[in-house]
Amino acid sequence: MSTGITIDSVTKEFRIHDQQAKSLKERFISMGRSSYTEFLALDDVSFEVPSGTTVGLLGHNGSGKSTLLKCVAGTLRPNKGSIRYEGRLAALLELGAGFHPDLTGRENIYLNGSIMGMSSRQIDRIFDDVVAFAELSAFIDQQVKYYSSGMYARLGFAMAVNVDPEILLIDEVLAVGDEAFSRKCLDRIDQFQKAGTTILFVSHSVELARELCDQIAVLDAGKMIAFGDPNDAVRSYRASLHERGLTAAGDSGEIAATGEVKLVKSWVEMPVEARDWVRPDEQLRIHAVYESAMKIDDILFAIALHDQRGTLIHSSNSSVMGTEIHEIDGRVHVTYLLTHIPLLFGTYDVSLGAHTQNGGYLYSQEDAVLRFNVGDSAKADGIIEMPFTVTVEPVDSRVGSD
Amino acid sequence: MNDSQDDSHRQVPRPVARRSVANAEAPSLLQRLGAVWTYRELLGNLTRKELKVKYKNSILGFMWSLLNPLLYLIVFSIVFQQILRAQIPTYAIFLLSGLLVWNLFSTGLASATGSIVGNASLVQKVWFPREVLPLSSIGAALVHFFLQTLVLASAMLVLRHAPSPTGLLLIVPALICLLLILSGLGVFLSALNVKLRDIQHLLELVLLAWFWFTPIVYEYLPIQERLGSSSWIAFINPVLPIVMAFQRALYNPPSGIVLPDESLLWYFRNLGVSAVAGVVLVIVGFMMFGRMEADLAEEI
Repeated sequence: MSTGITIDSVTKEFRIHDQQAKSLKERFISMGRSSYTEFLALDDVSFEVPSGTTVGLLGHNGSGKSTLLKCVAGTLRPNKGSIRYEGRLAALLELGAGFHPDLTGRENIYLNGSIMGMSSRQIDRIFDDVVAFAELSAFIDQQVKYYSSGMYARLGFAMAVNVDPEILLIDEVLAVGDEAFSRKCLDRIDQFQKAGTTILFVSHSVELARELCDQIAVLDAGKMIAFGDPNDAVRSYRASLHERGLTAAGDSGEIAATGEVKLVKSWVEMPVEARDWVRPDEQLRIHAVYESAMKIDDILFAIALHDQRGTLIHSSNSSVMGTEIHEIDGRVHVTYLLTHIPLLFGTYDVSLGAHTQNGGYLYSQEDAVLRFNVGDSAKADGIIEMPFTVTVEPVDSRVGSD
Repeated sequence: MNDSQDDSHRQVPRPVARRSVANAEAPSLLQRLGAVWTYRELLGNLTRKELKVKYKNSILGFMWSLLNPLLYLIVFSIVFQQILRAQIPTYAIFLLSGLLVWNLFSTGLASATGSIVGNASLVQKVWFPREVLPLSSIGAALVHFFLQTLVLASAMLVLRHAPSPTGLLLIVPALICLLLILSGLGVFLSALNVKLRDIQHLLELVLLAWFWFTPIVYEYLPIQERLGSSSWIAFINPVLPIVMAFQRALYNPPSGIVLPDESLLWYFRNLGVSAVAGVVLVIVGFMMFGRMEADLAEEI
């Protein structure tokens, strides 16, 4: 059993030479005044990846997350601090790193396996699994230089996951390959998680990180600004991006919620209490209680309904509906009354939000926080319940032909 | 077998169990040597890779490594025997017995020096004991050496030239001494070359001078006559005893010509000096490597 990874006040400093003096002559000329600037890629970062859990690393470009992963993998050595772990570690820093283009797939599996510290007998035993997972049995005796980049990446991933690591480092490699293969990779990671593998996962995708990770560490310019619960960490990450005028990938361009106004509780009030679904002609009330930490005068409350395919059915807010809010301070109870629900049979998600009048500043955003079911609707296909009647009459052909 | 025993309760084979601490401090010399030993199979595979890749897509393949000493043999035989009229009987055997071991040294050192720069992508992305890279270059040179010995062996058969039966005892210790010197220097220079790319070009020149200062195409005796009582100066060159051991064993001249008329013990004693130099170079080389290793992935 592995012991997880302990990252203890790790600092990594890069020297950026203004111009790399690589030759003796250049060194001689610039003797005594070697000009470089120091760049702190990691500044006293400490956290722990508990055994058997998955920790995600979020951060914008240049925040130091890849540097940290390389330090854990051992390709870089920190200037200060230490990284401790016990167990077999496999790093997916770059798929197919260490493959030699002139060697065949088979030769590369053996070479790569021994780079990971395996004996040839051990590689013999996983060889068939690797080839099967990579779906490359027909090409395994061809030189790797004739592989497509997808085949290359598949072989790299297959190699890394079949060594059965106790500790797995993953750096955004899942983006490679087609949809089906990347699904397969995610399934494999899921298996690892169930089997108790300790995983440190670097990603740009907030959604993927939130889906996969038990905890998330957020790096900003080499400093760790948050560590812990994925939702809290993602909020800090968005806030740090917001400061830089950026948005997170996978966030579809929305702005970071600041949390000055919090959704305390929310519920759906059914027209008939004993029934967990609503008829299209009935009324539905959606209640939300918000709490603000201070007096806020520029605010409106928004609501959005989505169906299960993610299609936006309806989106509106208090301002559009003509409800003026002068200011809030402390708790407020917001009630949305839907006088009828012209929707067909199905389940619908409710998202609630609060932001400034111009939408530029987001106080709170809770996606799919509630859901309700619509039943007893017309037997029709589509999204909306549209009341209509049909009449069928015979056409008098003699009138028409006259 | 060891690593599969403790794994027996699991179905899937796993890489060598690793306990690791990535500290700011460099691992000690013993830790580094231990890591190289753990990764010995990688050493073999990288050596094989180097050999495979070198002659991939070439028609003659391994024949090229045999053509090199053959060409030397022809050129030097013409120059030294026909033009300069050197007084060395069966010059071909004399030349090859020293030249092959020198080739091992020079090609091994040159390729080891370029090995880390040449495998930049690997060094930046995967962790393994980096010393394995220069060592595998030396491994590949060693394989070429054994192939080239076939040329020498067949030449000895054709010319009916017998090696010295007792002198052959020198071969294995001499080879070990050479590999020690080669490993120490090669490991050190491979890391230095990352910081200072001049090293590989400078090395070419140094090796050229070193070659001509070592009695390979000419014999040792004139050096000894010239230096007289201070002939120890020649032995500053740690490769000299090794080359002479090979000449003594394989060329096996009649006493008094070409090689000094000394007992086998004299050769062993000289090899002892080389061995000490080799061990010192390995210790210093690996230690210096350790100091430079931290920055390798960044500076490359």
